[in-house]
Formats: sequence, C-alpha cells, structure tokens
Amino acid sequence: MKENKFQIDNNRIKRRIVLNNRVRDLFSVVIVLVMAILIVLLYGIGKDSIGWLDLQFLTSNLSIFPEKAGIRGAIMGTVYMMLVVIPITLILGVATAIYLEEYANDGKIQRFIKVNISNLASVPSVIFGLLGLTVFARMLNLGSSILAGGLTMSLLVLPIVVVASQEALKAVPGFLREASFGMGADKWTTIWRVILPVALPGILTGAILAMSRAIGETAPLVALGIPTLLMKIPTSVMDDFTVLPIQVYYWTLDSVLTREYTFLAAATIVVLLVTLFVLNSIAIVIRNKFQKTF
Amino acid sequence: MKSNEIRDIIQNNIKNKKHFSDRAMPLFFLSMAFISVLTTFGIVYTLVVDALKFFAAVPLSEIFSTRLQPLSADPSFGILPLLNGTILTTIIAMFVAVPVGMAVAIYLSQFASKKLRKILKPILEILAGIPTIVYGFFAYSVVTPILMRLIPSLEPKNVLSPGLVMGIMIIPMVASLSEDSMNSVPTIMKDGATGLGSTKLETTFKVVIPAAISGIMSSIVLAISRAIGETMIVTIASGSSKRFTFDIFQSMQTMTSYIVEFTSGDAGSGTVGYYSLYAVGLILFLFTMIMNLLAQYITKKYGERY
Repeated sequence: MKENKFQIDNNRIKRRIVLNNRVRDLFSVVIVLVMAILIVLLYGIGKDSIGWLDLQFLTSNLSIFPEKAGIRGAIMGTVYMMLVVIPITLILGVATAIYLEEYANDGKIQRFIKVNISNLASVPSVIFGLLGLTVFARMLNLGSSILAGGLTMSLLVLPIVVVASQEALKAVPGFLREASFGMGADKWTTIWRVILPVALPGILTGAILAMSRAIGETAPLVALGIPTLLMKIPTSVMDDFTVLPIQVYYWTLDSVLTREYTFLAAATIVVLLVTLFVLNSIAIVIRNKFQKTF
Repeated sequence: MKSNEIRDIIQNNIKNKKHFSDRAMPLFFLSMAFISVLTTFGIVYTLVVDALKFFAAVPLSEIFSTRLQPLSADPSFGILPLLNGTILTTIIAMFVAVPVGMAVAIYLSQFASKKLRKILKPILEILAGIPTIVYGFFAYSVVTPILMRLIPSLEPKNVLSPGLVMGIMIIPMVASLSEDSMNSVPTIMKDGATGLGSTKLETTFKVVIPAAISGIMSSIVLAISRAIGETMIVTIASGSSKRFTFDIFQSMQTMTSYIVEFTSGDAGSGTVGYYSLYAVGLILFLFTMIMNLLAQYITKKYGERY
C-alpha cells in the first residue's frame, strides 16, 4: 500500500498534459475570436463606406441630400477644437506633472492631487459634459461654442497628459539632475534646460494619445447641446460647431428614416479611424525613435 | 577686501535669483496642479446643487418607482427603469469581457511566445483605441441585424446588442490590467511550481492567478465602472424606452443615455426635468467613484509586492 503512493500513475500524467493542451487551444481560439471581431468590425464599416468616401465627401458641406452631403464642417470643427484643447492640456498637464514630480515633496498635498487625478480619469465622460453645460455653456455664457467644447474636452483628457508626463519625468535619470545642480544651475533652470528636453518624447506621446481621445469622444459634446444640423463652417472659437464623432452619431440615429445615412456614418468613421491611426503611429514613432534610454 | 566684495556680489546675485524663480515657480506649478482639483470640485458642486433641487421637488416614493415619464403632462421620475437598463447592459458586458479578457490575459502572459505577444498586443491596443461612437455604430448597424436573424423577437433597439459590444470594448482593459498583474508574479514562484511537476495550466491556476488575484479583481471592478459610465453605445443601440423590464430583447434606457437624451433634447433650464439630469448624473458619479475607490482599496489591501 505504501509503495503505491509513490508509484507514478502514467494515465494521470497523460490526462494532466492533455488537459493543459486542450485549455491552451481553447485560449488560442478565444484570441482568434477577438481578432475575428476586430476584422468584422472593420469590414462591416469599410464595406458600408465604399462608394461614399471620396474627395467630394471630404470637401462638401452638409446637405439634406445624402449624395451631396460632406463632412468639411466636421473636419474643420475637429481641427478648431484641437487648437483649443492642445495648448490648454499641454500647459496644464505638464505643469501639474512638474509640480508632482519635481516640486512636491511626498506630502499630503501631493497624495491628494494624485488621488484626485486618478479619480478624475475614471469619471464617465458624459459627466464632464454636464460640467461643461453648467459652467462653460451657462455660467460663462459660452453656449455650445468651440471654446466651450474645447475647454470641456481639455479637462476630460487632462489626466492622460498628466500621467504620461509624470512617467516621462520619472524616467529622467537622477545623475542628469545632479550634474546640472553641480554646475550651479538652480532648480528651474535644471527643469527647463535639462529635464524637460529629455522628457519631451514621452510628454509628446502622451499629448498625442490625449488628442486622439479628444478627437473620438462624443458624449460630453452631445451633452453640451451641439446643434443637429449645422450648415455653416465655423470661423472663430465662439461659433457653433460639429465634429466627426457627432456627425457619426446624428447620421446613425437618422439612418432609421434615410437608409443612406448609414453609409455616410460609415464613411465618416473611416475618416475618423484613419486619423486616429495616423496619430497613434506618430506617437509610436516618437516613442521608439526619440526616446533615449539611459 | 576686493575678493570679499566680489564674493558678496555673487552671494547677492544667488540670493536674488533664488528669490524669484525658486519661489514663484513652485507656486505657479501648484496653482496649475490645483486646476484638476478644481475640476473635481466643479463636478461635485454642479451635480449636487442641481440634484438637490430635484430631490426637493420630487418625493422619494416617486424616485424609487418604476414609472419614468419626464415629458408627459403628469411627469413622473422613477429611477428604477434607468438603473435596470444600466445594470442589465453592465451584466451582459461583464459576461463577455471578464471570461474573454481573462483568457486573453492568461494566454498572453503564460502561453504565448514573445513573437506572438508582439503581434497580439498592438491588436489589443487598436481595439482599445477605437472611439466608443464607432462601437455604437457597430452595435446598431452590424451586430443587431445579425442578432435579429438569430432571434426573431429582437427589437431593432435592444439591450443585448449594446451589452455584447460594450463587453468587446472592455476586453482590452480587463486583458491588459490582468496581464500586468500576472506578469508581476515573480518567475521564481512559477519555476517552483514547474519544478514540482506542474503543467503550465496548473501553474497558472494554482500559483499565478492566486498570487495576482488582487490585480485581477481590481481590473474587473474598473471594468464594471467603465461599463456603467459608457454612453454612446447604449444611446445609439439601446434606445430610449423608459420601460421597467428584464427582457433583454427589448429597448431600455440607461442612466447615461437618459442624460444624453435630455441635454440634446429641449428640456428648459429650471424645470424638474432639467434638474433630474443632474440627479442622474450625481448617482452615476457616485457609482463610478465608489467602484474606483474599491479598486484602489483592493490593490492596496490585498496586493502583494514581490
């Protein structure tokens, strides 16, 4: 009896190995499934956009006739909104990161701000829309202008820039700092001349990721009350505007009445996805090419 | 004497220099950092002020009723239909995201070769970077028609399709967070299990997952919070029927899509309907806040550092 305990049960081992392989295969199938979903998604959208996505579509204004409708206004609106979002998030985000990483000593204020930022990052975007509606649109009387939308969006993507910049600043090795101090530079000079240039690729990567989030985000702008049908192209930051995802949203909703709107929405999505893809590729190139490792 | 003077001048210069940049800069950066704190306060303030007006105007018994008709002549503001829609879509999404996300995480961290990982991770990142409006379009004009062929009783707007698509959207999040925590389990522990004769599968389920459980749990909690707050997919694909039902083949409204419907609609400022928006927003905010704090608590309390 006692000897049996130590005897190797070949069948049992075989069963264990077979189980291991079966489960591994199951996991591979799941992975293939996920990829298949991605392909179905891209294929479904791409198929609907064929025949609708052309130069005329990119350069025309909105129209009540689907064949003549284009997204020039939405493209311009997106560009204008980015002109508001980029400087604001960069300045606020990098400054916050510099404070947290360089100036704050591990105190209560720093911990408070950090917790605050991570909480802010998980607040649903539609809530930011309510904030924008109350503060920017109503209190400051900006309405549903580009400025109101841009400010709302800036606050929404701020955590992304802060966290990315913090990581970039953290990665700057200590000996660079010490060398700079050793040369008699004060703290601000060290930050401006030594630390920021080294951290710049990381910061830019974060900024681009924040941008692509802002370009694709819909809910806060819908909550701001952006007009449904806008024929005018915006000329200043106080004008009403529309952006690519909003256009997708309205066309998808209206596709119940007019079937062609589905194709317009799909074509807009293709433009949106290509834009995001290009942006993300730029971010990856910056990260790989310009980031120094020490 | 002369050298002393020069030394004084240098000392003075340093003092003056320090005076300005080393005092002004921290203050400047602190004030910038406080904008994020102000944002949080701004959110809480706007939500609470207007939500209080709502709670003052509507009796509690009405809020906890199943009748939601904000625009009728005799308006009623029951939150239960919205809660129900939110919870149902979230549950469906979790049924997709948790098993698939875990399978992907386990495969990537335990079974996949380095080469395969290099291909698979960017694909996950692509999935994660797709805007939610695109998933909404996908749910409404690709997934729902497919499902309608399989399930004849399915309405054009329903809870099932956005729930499934929301799950797909959350897969990358569960996968990458869980994978990170599984990767941080030290190799020594895995090697120990392998050395005792475990198969990879046994090592994964008896050593790696128990060691990484806090990270996995918090990734699931964060995924729930994400699903609760998700807006565009449910707004497009689930519609705006304010029904209280458990039939996922029907159209229902979630808290988030209620906010979208009302802000883009014509609810005049100052009406109870307008304030209801903020009440729903406040509940939503509290939900996600609690989830987020819970996730942080789990990592802090049960997270093991190796």
